[in-house]
Amino acid sequence: MPVSTENMVRVFGRPESLNESAFSYCPGCHHGVVTRMIAQAIDELNIRERTVVIAPVGCSVSMYQWFRCDGTQAAHGRACAIATGIKRVNPDLIVFTYQGDGDLAAIGTAESIHAANRGENITVVFINNQIYGMTGGQMAPTTLLGQWATSCPEGRDGRLAGHPIRFAEMVAQLDAPVYVTRQSLFDQKRLIAAGRAIKKAFRYQVEEKGYSLVEVLTNCPTNWRMGTLEANKHLAEVVVNTFPLGDFVDRG
Amino acid sequence: MAKIDKVLMSGNEAMAEAAICAGCRSYFGYPITPQNELLEYMSAHMPNAGGVFIQAESEIAAINMCYGAAAAGMRTMTSSSSPGISLKTEGISYIAGADLPCVVVNVVRGGPGLGNIAPAQGDYFQATKGGGHGDYHMIVLAPSTIPESVELVMLAFELADRYRGPVMVLADGMLGQMMEPVVLPESIDPATLPAKQWAITGARGREANLVTSFYLDPVELNEMDVRREERYREIEKNEVRYEEYKTEDAEVVVAAFGSMARISRTAVRMARSEGIKLGLLRPISVWPFPYEPLRALSRRVGTILTVEMNAGQMVEDVRLAVAERAETPFYGQLGGLVPSPNDILREVKRYAG
Repeated sequence: MPVSTENMVRVFGRPESLNESAFSYCPGCHHGVVTRMIAQAIDELNIRERTVVIAPVGCSVSMYQWFRCDGTQAAHGRACAIATGIKRVNPDLIVFTYQGDGDLAAIGTAESIHAANRGENITVVFINNQIYGMTGGQMAPTTLLGQWATSCPEGRDGRLAGHPIRFAEMVAQLDAPVYVTRQSLFDQKRLIAAGRAIKKAFRYQVEEKGYSLVEVLTNCPTNWRMGTLEANKHLAEVVVNTFPLGDFVDRG
Repeated sequence: MAKIDKVLMSGNEAMAEAAICAGCRSYFGYPITPQNELLEYMSAHMPNAGGVFIQAESEIAAINMCYGAAAAGMRTMTSSSSPGISLKTEGISYIAGADLPCVVVNVVRGGPGLGNIAPAQGDYFQATKGGGHGDYHMIVLAPSTIPESVELVMLAFELADRYRGPVMVLADGMLGQMMEPVVLPESIDPATLPAKQWAITGARGREANLVTSFYLDPVELNEMDVRREERYREIEKNEVRYEEYKTEDAEVVVAAFGSMARISRTAVRMARSEGIKLGLLRPISVWPFPYEPLRALSRRVGTILTVEMNAGQMVEDVRLAVAERAETPFYGQLGGLVPSPNDILREVKRYAG
């Protein structure tokens, strides 16, 4: 029997800031959750018409095509420099970058650190899934010690390949950033907290407070070679031991 | 207020001031000799003009800041010298791929590697044949005096906007460092420049604007690349600039650009006083290159001698233009050495008469 929607109240829908395009993420991946949280924050702050999406390289390379916002695509690692250029010449725009661990914390280390150090009034969303997703599962700067990746087939050896970089803690050492936090998405409580953190980072930019970094610990079931539930369990029980959750700076 | 008085400026300072006159209100750079005075001038004067100045953490960051500012619709510039330009080529390729207007000044020094800080022309290939990855071109303008540097910086902004791509002003350490009197041009108020409908300004009351060099579908990328190639053909048709000096009755012609052309002009006068019919062809745009004027010359002169401060780069374009119609010898000095008018004249005498 067909169900009538006539008397139903809509409690959940696609954020206004997103268009009708489908995300290109793998099933079970957290990217889509974070992308949606950003759209929700943009909606709630009513800034869609001022927002600029800076898509990275990697799994979110097409991100600017999913938003009903102006957007551009950055070369590997350069998103924070591009964000700087846009924001400085047009401070009315709300500019955010969305970058993975290789992009932000390896090839773009200089751009990422110095935008933070200048206190650019931008929002950086940092997806830390401890692996290179789009290129097929190579070692990231955040790959855990002992973790398998296609370019460290014996597991990451700290003596040869370095140790996982705690980027949020590094940025928190600087004087300029106003908000630096690490969040995750492996249970309901963390989902709610992460959504709030993202919104706060955008709100601080609207209020012209300065630079925010929201690092989000996420999964990559495809390249971790794990099921979604197993991947979330791995985040909750293993990854958080290397990357503790919480706010490192909140000068808002 | 109209600026009518002549002022004595170094090439680096004059190019910086010319950019401000051209309505450029954002500059991003990184120190490297011999172009530091350009960055320093911008740090002092750009904020006064209401513009943005950032000393970036690297050349790579600086060119990407330009990408951002250009995407936001502003006239923007960066400058550097050879090793720094190598770092910028990644960003220049993205700027070309995203069809963004941007002016890049290269105050060329000796190379390869760290080379030295003396004037050189070893970046001709890098400037005119692409430099970065993928099929793209920059319009490349090569001034030979400081007043001309001012003129060409102004023109560079105009062409960058008109054809939506990066434009390079190819100077060298001599042009950057020496001083000459210049008359500064009338300033352009950026507010009077035509609005860029494609720019990232916030999707207010319109569809979202996207600035990108990324087209996953080969058919789509091909379409974008072909459209850009068509624009390059337009540029080749409309924007070839060159100067001929005493070529009417010449039997030998020197082909040289930039500082080397200026020095060659003296050699032409010296040759003429000795009765040698020497002329000069000076490409002002080295891309697009003046193939046609050289082809025409090659039909009536016996020798076209290319003189460069490198191991022979532009000479390849000269030979493309001339084919086998005339002799096309090359004379150059490397390492940041600058050939003198006497050096050139001695070389000319091997082919004259």
